[in-house]
Amino acid sequence: MSALTDGTLPTEGALPELGSVYWRPRVTDASLRRTGRIWTTITVAHTVPFVAVAGLLLVLNPVTAAVALMALAQAWIIPELYAARGANVLRSRAPVDEHAERVSVGLLGDLLDDRARDLHRATGMVLERGALGVWLIGEAGAVLVRPGGRRVHCYCVKVPAPELPTGDRVAHLLLALRTDETGFATVANLAFSGARWRLSRRLKAPVRDALAPAVAAARRIG
Amino acid sequence: MSQLIRMDSSGHTTLAEWTADDPASVEAAVAALRAELELGYFAVVSHGEGRAEQVRELPVDAPLVILRRPIAGG
Repeated sequence: MSALTDGTLPTEGALPELGSVYWRPRVTDASLRRTGRIWTTITVAHTVPFVAVAGLLLVLNPVTAAVALMALAQAWIIPELYAARGANVLRSRAPVDEHAERVSVGLLGDLLDDRARDLHRATGMVLERGALGVWLIGEAGAVLVRPGGRRVHCYCVKVPAPELPTGDRVAHLLLALRTDETGFATVANLAFSGARWRLSRRLKAPVRDALAPAVAAARRIG
Repeated sequence: MSQLIRMDSSGHTTLAEWTADDPASVEAAVAALRAELELGYFAVVSHGEGRAEQVRELPVDAPLVILRRPIAGG
């Protein structure tokens, strides 16, 4: 067994890391649609009861308005927390070493075309078109904007090597994604699936600025 | 001149350079690649947006072979 891996190599052309999550069915376009529906259902199940309770309280006794407001706040907060968890996958950290950062960003730039390179320079995110949609890749996760641009899936995935500079961390994810897109989505942990606007509200600039071109590209393939 | 590079804490390190018509340089690159694969690195050749190929033998004609570490769900 090697020093860096502990799984067996799956089929030819597949991401080798799939061996470490052998119990997961491979992500497909259909499974992503199903996952999206499940997340929507869960969100509705978390929200509707609180809204109903708030309405019922107000109808039964207006004196309970304060409690009804608390129920409404709960209905609002839970989906926001989910979206915040999704936004966290694109968080950035402070550079470790300035020289190493420059070198790593140079290598990453060699893997990108001019537009993707400019977007990375401005936002720190890499935009990559795939068969499942349009990806935004950060150093510790990726967001998949589905065709049509309305739904996003946020994935926690990273190279577990904190000493690596930012550009290398992004390049690791980019190369893995290019090698096997559905394998990449299978290895990654899903942190959030939901409406694009819910994620956008939780992203900070300049990361939010990277979402717009990804959504535009996803609309073109939708 | 083709390159074998490893992404590491310095940004990246060039481990070998070769040309297809120089057998000695190819041999050195093959040995360097095997040593890194033994350590658990994966060798990837990128073919532009949306396409990359993982390799276990040195693709002599590829201009750039990049060694990456395994990724994992966070």
